[in-house]
Amino acid sequence: MHAAVVVFPGSNRESDVARALRLSGARVSMVWHADPDLPAGTDLAVLPGGFSYGDYLRCGAIAGRAAAMDAVRAHAARGGLVLGICNGFQILCESGLLPGVLMRNVNRRFICHRQTLRVERTDTRFTSAYKQGQVIDVCVAHGEGNYFADPDTLARIEGEGRVAFRYCDAAGTITVEANRNGSLNAIAGVYSEGGNVLGMMPHPENFVEGLIGGTDGRGLFDSLAA
Amino acid sequence: MKARIIVTLKTGVLDPQGKAIEAALRSLGVEGVDSVRQGKVFDLEVSAADGAAAEATLRTACEKLLANTVVENYAIEIL
Repeated sequence: MHAAVVVFPGSNRESDVARALRLSGARVSMVWHADPDLPAGTDLAVLPGGFSYGDYLRCGAIAGRAAAMDAVRAHAARGGLVLGICNGFQILCESGLLPGVLMRNVNRRFICHRQTLRVERTDTRFTSAYKQGQVIDVCVAHGEGNYFADPDTLARIEGEGRVAFRYCDAAGTITVEANRNGSLNAIAGVYSEGGNVLGMMPHPENFVEGLIGGTDGRGLFDSLAA
Repeated sequence: MKARIIVTLKTGVLDPQGKAIEAALRSLGVEGVDSVRQGKVFDLEVSAADGAAAEATLRTACEKLLANTVVENYAIEIL
């Protein structure tokens, strides 16, 4: 597995996600946002968390039009894997690779806490190391993670089984309290139509080593590197 | 020529910031404001042969970058 992590001005989680990928056995290259190409042999393009371009205009709006994103779009069109975490998810929505948009959190606060997620399906390249319906303990850290899509788009996403993760309580129940950013249908992560692009607000890369307090994020990187 | 672009949230899209401003106005004792929706204003200087050409350029700017048409509407004014 050769992963290319795209770094934008203002990205700040690229080292963490690179470390998580390497722990699971992936080879990792860093790609600057102005590069028009991904390294030859790239299997997975990763858009890391952070505050690309200072979140100016809208989160992910300017990064979504960067030169490297043309390469990421071409990679996705060929069926290549793409993972966007947090700001990376916002960039994927702004670039048109995923439907919908991440709006300001409903409580208007930057939220930063541990968060349980329910794994909605395991027959994907991103989640095969998890069990169906498994509750995983990861983190969220964002001000704009409130997933929104128009009713037709939302119905299509749900109908096609494209929800990757939902915010839930420790027992796996979807509750209003567990969905603190106010996302429609408690959506925490979404797949593209082809299933090869995943965007998610929570940070699995935070919890890949016991020393740091959890390992539930490891499954995502193990699935990708398998 | 000078132009102004106004970007607003579409009807039905939740606007937490607008709601907060609405509540703040109420707490300041400003009476009679029934609702607030927050938007963005862009003032631009455009080089174009005529108003129609400028409007075409600005429409492209809105569609490509200034508005996310999933949740936002835009209006173009040539000043």
